[in-house]
Order: sequence, then structure tokens, then C-alpha cells
Amino acid sequence: MRHTISVLVENKFGVLSRVSGLFSGRGYNIESISVGETLDPKISIMTIVTKGDDQIIEQITKQLNKLIDVIKVQDLLEVDHVEREMVLLKVTPRQELKGEVLRLAEIFRGRIVDSSPKTYTIEITGDEKKIEAFIELMKPMGIKEFVRSGKIAIAREMTRTR
Amino acid sequence: MKVSGSQIVIESLKKEGVKHIFGYPGGVVLNIFDYLYDDKDIQLILTRHEQGATHMADGYSRSSGRVGVALVTSGPGATNTVTGLATAAMDSIPIVVFTGQVPTMLIGNDAFQEADIVGITRPCTKYNYLIKDVNDLAYIIKEAFYIASSGRPGPVLIDLPKDITAAQAVFNWPDKINIRSYNPTLEGNKWMIEKAAQVISKSKKPVILCGGGVLLSNASEELRELAEFTQIPVSATLMGIGGFPSTHHLSLGMPGMHGTYYANMAIQESDLLIAVGMRFDDRVTGKLDAFAPNASIIHIDIDPTSIRKNVKVDIPIVGDSKRVLTSLNQVLKEGEKPQWNEIRKQWLKQLDEWKALRPMSYNYVEDVIKPQYVIEKLYEITSGDAIITTEVGQNQMWAAQFFKYDKPRTFLSSGGLGTMGYGFPAAIGAQAAYPDRVVIDVAGDGSIQMNIQELATAVLYNLPVKVAILNNGYLGMVRQWQELFYKERYSHSYLSTIPDFVKVAEAYGAVGLRATKPSEVEDVIREALKVKKPVFMDFVIDWKEKVYPMVPAGAPIDQMMFDDEPQKEKKKLKAVK
Repeated sequence: MRHTISVLVENKFGVLSRVSGLFSGRGYNIESISVGETLDPKISIMTIVTKGDDQIIEQITKQLNKLIDVIKVQDLLEVDHVEREMVLLKVTPRQELKGEVLRLAEIFRGRIVDSSPKTYTIEITGDEKKIEAFIELMKPMGIKEFVRSGKIAIAREMTRTR
Repeated sequence: MKVSGSQIVIESLKKEGVKHIFGYPGGVVLNIFDYLYDDKDIQLILTRHEQGATHMADGYSRSSGRVGVALVTSGPGATNTVTGLATAAMDSIPIVVFTGQVPTMLIGNDAFQEADIVGITRPCTKYNYLIKDVNDLAYIIKEAFYIASSGRPGPVLIDLPKDITAAQAVFNWPDKINIRSYNPTLEGNKWMIEKAAQVISKSKKPVILCGGGVLLSNASEELRELAEFTQIPVSATLMGIGGFPSTHHLSLGMPGMHGTYYANMAIQESDLLIAVGMRFDDRVTGKLDAFAPNASIIHIDIDPTSIRKNVKVDIPIVGDSKRVLTSLNQVLKEGEKPQWNEIRKQWLKQLDEWKALRPMSYNYVEDVIKPQYVIEKLYEITSGDAIITTEVGQNQMWAAQFFKYDKPRTFLSSGGLGTMGYGFPAAIGAQAAYPDRVVIDVAGDGSIQMNIQELATAVLYNLPVKVAILNNGYLGMVRQWQELFYKERYSHSYLSTIPDFVKVAEAYGAVGLRATKPSEVEDVIREALKVKKPVFMDFVIDWKEKVYPMVPAGAPIDQMMFDDEPQKEKKKLKAVK
């Protein structure tokens, strides 16, 4: 099963390679990883997407916790959370499809961030399904290339009151 | 007042109570060695190879419980420590290794003797540092010692660029340190401990598995208390040897691939395993799905990743073995008072029957030395009062099987990594920690040649370690597998050229002795123990002798092969290659 794991780490050089080494050293695969600073510049947060059965995921979270530089690990599958990903996609549509590209981009609440006589670069944000659906729709239009940011995720605040 | 980085390094080590450094100089650590030149408090033991230095620090630590320290130069000096670091990492041994590094401004330039040692050693250290600012030095050294020795211990490496060792800073030794992201759990969960006590009270056929964690947390007294109070037999893994007295009537000896018949039978028959500070290594469990099929498992370990890694655990208790066992003993003693002796009678009787059926044995003969005989004689003559180190292979197994260890930290062996060449330098390290004790490396003719150069170190510092070379001319364990599982095709396990170990010893200024007949064994050992010098004892042994019992790799642990079975029978048991 696919899990999104949120890892709070010390913002030091070498931490990313300790985390990625933990995966590679055990033959586990990272599907995506994104890293950024938090409110406290001494702390970074990593969002890691990985696959594995329960035992593997348990090992991964335990091993992450064991790393000296890791402050907190949360498997977001266990909590209600919001996740987002961004894609920057360059299409080269034939003249007659240009309108369709713009229309689809609008439906997906995308933005055209660059255009040239032959290409549009579209920015789309959303969950994985939305991103994938958009890429599928663009394929017939002539995708030149695209870059995905990898997933970032955050737990929802509790809204219930007792 | 500002002082040099080199001075900070050495003064920090003194604050940590370090008395010995095992090391080897080179270009980028010259500043530190220069500072050591006038120092009177720390002895630098000059080794002949950086791997030797790392194993010595390791042997020093395993025997004494203190953190072992090595200091080497950059590049090849640093890469030579990798095997020693990996050995210590696999067996959770606290050592701190200082490596020199090229000056900060040259890092990444492929400078002379540059190696990215922090990158190289990341997977085989518990933690490692590249120092970038001399002002961080003291704090990092304190932190390194703390990380190495706390929680599940392990090796820590500190990479010191040359300019840092020359730079000036105020020496500020921190009183204490706080790492917000590193807080090992020491106390076991109360509820789990109570649950464990209940399960123990109800069990009919329990077995305690004593692992290396018992030694690391100095919990052998508490383990013994538990075993004696509840009358539960104990099997100590290779790493746990000495954690429970081998001569105790509740001792089952070692479990697993070359474990005793009765330990393996007991585990397979048990209804409860109490695993303390051990990690269910494949050499212990054999075929996992057939391991202890009827047993519930209580697993006490300081490292949460060890729990439920290989086997399903019913009661996990994360914590320091000593503290958890103390609480567990307390709960058991305060609870109901079952008649333990009565309850265990049946189970202990069963174990005695197994012990009588297949005791640890070998066939003594008059004309050729059996390796087991040598080990037995070593035990007899030293009365067991010795620190035994081993290399890896048959020598290691015989030393584990036929010597008896009643005290913790008296059996030092590379269990996890299985490092040939470990035992001799480890013995030198142990001897440095205990100059007055008898330290014996049980070696093979193959293993001893992997770090034989350290004989010079032993001679130079008059560390009178004794090496019992069980010389069969072969890489014995490899040969054993080839005989049993590879149709006797002895591919490259015959060493053919073996040096005259007596002459080698003499060439280094040590003493060499040889026994070729059983009748000579005792004299050689007595003579070796009498000499106040390092000694090589060359025992020319029966090359056909194999280690038994043996569970083929990947088989259930109750499928053991024995010495006395006809060859035909053995062939039935196939190892998973």
C-alpha cells in the first residue's frame, strides 16, 4: 500500500542522504520526496511517498525515528490530511487544439505561466488524481515535457468539538 | 584563552576519561599527533594498520564497557577503518573514530589522500560528523561519546579537516548536552511489563534468550535473578555469551545454526520465549516460519526497529534491558507466589533428558589434535578466568561451544558482520584495558593472517596476548560447507601456503610454540601462559574435523546434523544456497 510519511528533521547538511540511504540500504523505493524549511529555519520537513506492506512501513517509520537527526515521523495514512502536488507541463498543440488546451487548463484551474508561438507551459496544483487526469488529457495535445513537484501533505486540524 | 583544535580534541578526550587511543599518523592528523607528543595522560598505541586500530578500540570497549577510541589519517587511513566500523555497528559496540580530512578549502577537490569518509561510512556508523567550525569541536566530541554509548550503542565517526586542528578557539567543555531528536527509551512500558509477568506465570515451557544487549546494558545479574527466581532455562546467543553463566544448571548453551541440541529443541518446544537484547538473527532462527512454532514471544530491546523485524512479537517492550528486567523481577516478586520449582519440574526434566541424549561432544583420539580438545584444555588450564576473543569460522564456533563463560565481557567475537581478522586486534585492545588478565585469541590459520601485522603492536607495547591458532590448513568453515553441500568440491578453500607461525612469532620478537600431538597441547598452553610476552600457539589439528551440531542454512533449527550420523543421512538435509 502507498503511504505518505511526513518527517520533521534537523535542517543540516547530509540529512537528506541519511534519509534516502535508509531506503536504498534496505531496497525500499521512494516514489517522491520533497523537502522544505519550516517556520523554524533549523528544522525542515520532508514529505516522502513510499510503498510497502504493513511490516515494511512499520520498519520504515521505526528506522526513520531511529535516525539521530529525525525529530518526528508521522504516517499520514493514519490521520486525516490534505495533500497537494504541482506539475509544470509544456504542451505543443497543433493550431486547432490550442483553444482546447486553454479550455482544459481552465477547467483544472490551471494557469498558463509561459507561452511561446508553439508552446504553452501550464501550472496545475491538486491531488495526485487530478494531476494524473490532467496529464492524460494533455497527452493527445502533444506534451513536450513535464515536471512534477512530488507530493506535500499536512494533517488536518481537529474540527470536532466535544 | 584560545587553544588549537588539536588541543581541544585531546583535552576533550581526557574529559571523557579516555586513557588509550589506537592510532596511526599521516599527513592531515600531524597537528594532533604533534600535540600528543608532549602529552602524559593519554597513551597512543601505534598499530600497524588502521583496521587493527579500529578492532582494538572495539575489543577495548567490549571487554571494559568504556568507549574505545581510534585516530587515523584521511583517505586510505580512513577507508581502512570501514571494516572495523561495520563490525562495531553490527554488534552495537560504542567506539569513536577520528579521521583526518584534507583542509576545508580542498574538500571535494580530489585532493591528495582525500576520501568522502562521512559519505562512505554513513550506513556503517550510528552517526558521523564532518567538523566545519573549530568552535563546534568540543560540543560535537561530547555529543559523539554520548551517541556512541547511549541507547543502542554503536560507532561514531568524526572527520577532522586539517585546518580545523590548527585553528584556534576557546575550549568550552559543555556540562551536558541535549539532542532534541535523540531520546532513547530506557524505561519499559509498565503495562507491558505487567502483561509479561502474567504470561511468564502462566507459561509451562518458557525459554529465555539472552543476547548481546544483556552485556551492553550490564544486565546479567538481573537476568540471572529472573532465571533463578522463575526457574526458566537460558540460551545465550553468540553475542550474549557470558550474559548468563555457562556452568549454571539453567544454561542451555547457544541456540541456532551451531547451537546445542537441547537449546534448539527447547526453543522449538517452548510455549514462551523471553528474548532479551537480541534480534532474532537468521543464524539463530533458521527457517523463520518454522521457528518456535508454539511460542508466544516477549521481546525486550532498546531498539524499536529490532522488534517485529524478523518474528512476530506478542509482548514488545522497548527499553534498556537492565531497567526492564529490574521492573519485571519486581513485578514477579510482588505478584502471586507460584511454586516455580513445582511448575517447572516437568520442563526442566525434559531438558535434562535432551542434555543427556545429545550433550556437546566430540571424538577424542590419541594421534591427532582435535580443536575442541584445545579449547577444553584452554578452559581447564585457565580455570575459565580469561578473556577469549575469536576470529570467524570454525575457530569461532568451537570457542563458543567448548569454553565456558561465567562472566560477562569475556567472550569477544564478531557476530553480526563475521569479520575474519577481528580477534587478534580485539585481543590486543582487551589486553590494553586489562594488562593483568589472560587474553586469548582463538584463531584459524586463515583468519590470523588477516591482521597478523598487529603482532608488532603487541610486542611493542608488551601486551602479552596469546593466540591459539587452530591450524588445519584450510578455510575450515568454507571447507565444511563444500564437503556437506557442494559435493566435496573444495574450490579455493585449501590455503596451501601457510607460514611457519612459530618463526613468524619469533621474527616479530614474540614467542612461537607448536603442538602436533594431543599430548603436547597442555605443555604448550602452560608454557604460553607462563611467558610474559605475546605468544603464537600453533596447534596442528585434524583438518577433517567439522563443527557440529549443524543446522543447514534455511532449515528449521530442530533439523540438526550430528557428527555421529552416517554420511548418507546428512545428505538428506539440503542447505538453501
